[in-house]
Amino acid sequence: MPGDSGGSVGLSWRAAPFDGPPLRYQVFFGEQERGPYTQLAEFPANSHYKSDADRPWWSWDRTKNVHFYQVKSTRTLNLVNGRPYFFKVALTDGTQSLEGPGRSAVPEPNLFNWNKANNFLLMIVFSTLVLISISQAKRRPNIFLRRIPGLDAVEEAIGRATEMGRPILYLTGSDDMSSLSTIAATVILGQVAKRTAALDTQLKVPHRDPIVMAVCQEIVKESYLEAGRPDAYREDSNFFITSDQFSYAAAVDGIMLRERPAANFFMGFYYAEALLLTETGAGTGAIQIAGTDADLQLPFFITTCDYTLIGEELYAASAYLSREPVLVGTLRGQDQGKAFLLISMVIGTILATIGALTGTQTFVPVLQLFRDFK
Amino acid sequence: MATSVLIGAWVAAGLTLFMFSFLYKDNPFFRFGEHLYVGVSMGYTIVRIHYDVMMKSLYGPVAQEGKWWLLVPALLGLLVLTRFIPKVSWLSRISFAVIVGFGSGVAIPRIISSNILQQVQGTLKPLLNAGSSRFGMAELNALLILTGVLTVLVYFFFSIEHKGAIKIAARIGVYFLMVYFGAAFGYTVMARMSLVIGRFDDLILFASRDYAYASVVLLILVTLGLLLWERGSTGLTTGGQRRTQTPPA
Repeated sequence: MPGDSGGSVGLSWRAAPFDGPPLRYQVFFGEQERGPYTQLAEFPANSHYKSDADRPWWSWDRTKNVHFYQVKSTRTLNLVNGRPYFFKVALTDGTQSLEGPGRSAVPEPNLFNWNKANNFLLMIVFSTLVLISISQAKRRPNIFLRRIPGLDAVEEAIGRATEMGRPILYLTGSDDMSSLSTIAATVILGQVAKRTAALDTQLKVPHRDPIVMAVCQEIVKESYLEAGRPDAYREDSNFFITSDQFSYAAAVDGIMLRERPAANFFMGFYYAEALLLTETGAGTGAIQIAGTDADLQLPFFITTCDYTLIGEELYAASAYLSREPVLVGTLRGQDQGKAFLLISMVIGTILATIGALTGTQTFVPVLQLFRDFK
Repeated sequence: MATSVLIGAWVAAGLTLFMFSFLYKDNPFFRFGEHLYVGVSMGYTIVRIHYDVMMKSLYGPVAQEGKWWLLVPALLGLLVLTRFIPKVSWLSRISFAVIVGFGSGVAIPRIISSNILQQVQGTLKPLLNAGSSRFGMAELNALLILTGVLTVLVYFFFSIEHKGAIKIAARIGVYFLMVYFGAAFGYTVMARMSLVIGRFDDLILFASRDYAYASVVLLILVTLGLLLWERGSTGLTTGGQRRTQTPPA
């Protein structure tokens, strides 16, 4: 089957001129050419055309007079890659049946899923935009970035903790290093650590993922070096609690109550523990800054934190704080990508509306470029 | 009733009450529950990783099925442990590079698929139809979705200044976001309420005669414990030393 990872076979056969509602096709499967064959499916003879398949025009021959049926592995039928299987198609009117010869087919995995070529194309387009923007940002470092109120408060929060002589608590979220929000959280941690190093404020970063902890240890150490205060770096500023969601929340709540940090940072992705953490933090009177792309938790952060970075603002934060050309350029490239999508959506909606009003299929190929095919 | 079930009910009711005692304030009962919870979860995780990862996914396939290539990720895992030896701790970066690179590689196509293509696909709907009523509820929905997506996108432009038409569009985008957050807030609070109801259900069940009135007895004990702790702690200074009391004349 084109574009799949194996374990399935696509059957196609030319439609007969007399195909119609009283007639039905039956699909049979056998492990040997001589049989026995078992029936897999039965459907009206005027259905299951190749052109009915929900597949993109660039990877699928949409011939109208060819029938198509995909045999997939199920609990009862296990198609092993590389092994030949046999299939038969019969045409029946209920009383008589006309059976075709048995044909063999071998399920094989494909290296490329061409259905997802638009996904790849968009990645190339966006990557190119980002790379061009980065090179522009390197030449012209003062690219405009709009003010993000939550980020202005970062400096204020660190200053407050310094004045009060209390630690800063920084959480990197509940996801692992494969999550974009965790990566963004670790980048912001680097910036916060630079400031805490300069002001000699204690930084505490409790973790629930050992890999994230190890990455954060490197980042914090690096930041203290860059700030010229390697002596102030404490190996135990990053520490592991547990990987369990709610026991981690209980432990962090305990830290908030006993050590009374002056500022709490909640960056990264959070689940149901979000409110447990931020409500306790708000109860201790700490200034709280959150940044997450966990849309279900955002309302809780907004209600319990002083400042919240919403969604992509979290990714923008690292660029805004560091002003590094690579990050600023990336942000600019992303903006261009968004502008491209915005324009595409306006044009696409106009084309879809014209298509709906006139019944024309002319714009379907264009609209398919923005569809997610499996 | 089996003794193990009875013990389980008492432990569950007791720990639930210990955790709920946090609603009063931080206290020794909560601290005991918290530390026990962290310890048990950590112990459970270690045992689970030993059986599910070390034995099932590594030792079994390598020793019994000869899948020697699984030693490569095992070696990468061991390199993480070099962090404990300062002289060779740089080796752990190899593992992290692989993890971050692999994570990004997996995430990129998934994000383009779910955050871009599916989003755009859901937005590209006709705003008028060929039927008798050209603009029905479906079209109104499509218009609202399109307006919401476009204005929220405008709000998330960072490299252009929000003024003029952009500012108005971004403002509308913020209203859309707030409506969504309000709805999500209500939805999630309702879900959390059901969790609280579940806990209270258990406490009520354990308060019955079958469970030897576990919830009631433990509630009384926790309350008494808190009273005693409060009496004890009011007699202490913040430094942990007992106040010197003037003897009665």
